[in-house]
Amino acid sequence: MEVAAFYIFAAITIVASLLVVGQRNPMYSVMLLITSFGGLAGLYILLDAPFTAVTQIIIYAGAIMVLFLFVVMLLNVPREEPLPAAAAQLIGPTGLKIGVVLSVLIAAQLVWALMQIGTRSFTAPPTDISDVGNIGRALFTDHAFAFEVTSVLILVAMVGAIVLARKEH
Amino acid sequence: MVLSGILFSIGTAGVFLRRNLIIVLLSIEIMLNAVNLMFVAVGRYRGVVDGQIITFFVMTVAAAEAAVGLAIVIALFRHRETLVPDAFTSLKW
Repeated sequence: MEVAAFYIFAAITIVASLLVVGQRNPMYSVMLLITSFGGLAGLYILLDAPFTAVTQIIIYAGAIMVLFLFVVMLLNVPREEPLPAAAAQLIGPTGLKIGVVLSVLIAAQLVWALMQIGTRSFTAPPTDISDVGNIGRALFTDHAFAFEVTSVLILVAMVGAIVLARKEH
Repeated sequence: MVLSGILFSIGTAGVFLRRNLIIVLLSIEIMLNAVNLMFVAVGRYRGVVDGQIITFFVMTVAAAEAAVGLAIVIALFRHRETLVPDAFTSLKW
């Protein structure tokens, strides 16, 4: 039952990601990426990480993708046009095919490298790794510095985004 | 773990092969998600909670980076009226 759920969520995630990079309309791409995040959230729940699943839906699918949607609609992003004629002779459809072959090679290499780690049989982990209290405790004690620095990072990103997107007068 | 590697390579292919800046940014997000999945899986394998904590920070950094990246895209679009990566060549010699 769990194996079936893993394959279903994995299939959803991979198909959605392939369609995000493979099809032309950017609005569909954003929606497909939201679907992919949903699949990933299911995988996180299967991996005993419900907090991560929920924060992914809230932060990624809820905030970042909405931001992307805003920008797509604001800029009226057109469908992707094919290569112009000058570059098309240089790269052409074979260029795209070579790119796809290269990325399949990267995928094969990563998969091979990850399989070398070996699959030791997995004892069930202690159930307290998914406890939100434990996550909070570790965040605020061991990783407190990183936590505070992250807040400064968000502030800097906010100021930077406002400055960058301002209209010049 | 294999799934994470596959997702990462899909994202990489998207970054290189697409001619629309927004989709390039989306592919970067795919890569970040793949890495997150790997972190959570390894964290569970070793029985520590650190995998999820790293994931939390990666998500936050990804949010900040998406915001700044989109602001840059908006500024670029105002300058050139196009979103094709090949059009921004003013840094080339």
